[in-house]
Amino acid sequence: MPYARFVQIGRVCLVNYGPYRGSLVVVVNVLDHNRVLAEGPTSKVPRQVLQLTRLSLTDLMVPIQLGARSSTLAAAYAKAGTDDAWAASSWGKKLASRSKRAQLTDFDRFKVMVARKTKASAINKQVKVLKRSAA
Amino acid sequence: MGASRDVRVKRKAVVAESTRTITKKVGGDKNGGERVVTKSVGPKWYNADDVKTPVASRKHIHKPRKLRASLKAGAVMILLSGRHRGKRVVMLGSLPSGLILVTGPYAINGVPMRRVDPAYVIATSTTVDVSGVDVSKYDDAYFKRTKKPASSDADMEDSEEKKMTVPEHKVADQKTVDASLIAAIKKDHLLKGYLSSKFTLTNGQRPHELKF
Repeated sequence: MPYARFVQIGRVCLVNYGPYRGSLVVVVNVLDHNRVLAEGPTSKVPRQVLQLTRLSLTDLMVPIQLGARSSTLAAAYAKAGTDDAWAASSWGKKLASRSKRAQLTDFDRFKVMVARKTKASAINKQVKVLKRSAA
Repeated sequence: MGASRDVRVKRKAVVAESTRTITKKVGGDKNGGERVVTKSVGPKWYNADDVKTPVASRKHIHKPRKLRASLKAGAVMILLSGRHRGKRVVMLGSLPSGLILVTGPYAINGVPMRRVDPAYVIATSTTVDVSGVDVSKYDDAYFKRTKKPASSDADMEDSEEKKMTVPEHKVADQKTVDASLIAAIKKDHLLKGYLSSKFTLTNGQRPHELKF
């Protein structure tokens, strides 16, 4: 399959640098090879010119026209279910789990450790049983 | 006053006669019961020059430091120094000396009730209910060390016999504190294991970015 993510009107991007780091924005206009006009309806990123080096393109798109107004963009964004689609994507899940892990307290980290051990021992037990039956 | 001459001035007799004596009761059968005695009116002379008294030193005044907000009774702490470093303990309270009172509890991780410098602990957000633990009798004096007997040559030979042991009343105190604390700890089935485990940093963990 050829390359499918392009810098285009309606492309959803993840900001990876600066004060809006980690928020989703939508390309409203492409200014040149390096800069786009973008806005994040739910991430509260105001419409602004952003460098493409500071954006990561996602697979998601919002069907809008070039230079769509903020309200039009917000309606299209909501109708396309962009936030849900992002949360369901593996990239979104990874970022969500990363931020959740960062919020864990010392006791929570201990609980995670115990849960991982319990899971591993259950798996190993089952693997042993299967190996024995296979032999 | 800058006078340096050693002049002695007679104290004026300003005290009225009636107020200069008092009647005191006297014991014994043949002593008349009571006796009139002159009051002590202080010295007859005073120095004409000022006698300088040393100014009270403002150093070495013990001000107990205010504990940071995360240090609360019942909070689980990670000890950072001393022989128990890395262990997770329960804070029982603070003491007037500025130290905090912690215990493992002893039955779980071997940390007895002891005083700890609050600068050398990390407070976690986990708390244990310590309302059932009576810590009123534990003050700084309780933890004061008893002096070792002076060593002599005889001590060197049988030093094992003279080893310091924990007094029995402290062992009993630890048991009562442990009992009420462990009852509270058992309410969370993972808490006992948490307190018995040691804190370590693993790869990729930055202590300044961790949430405790």
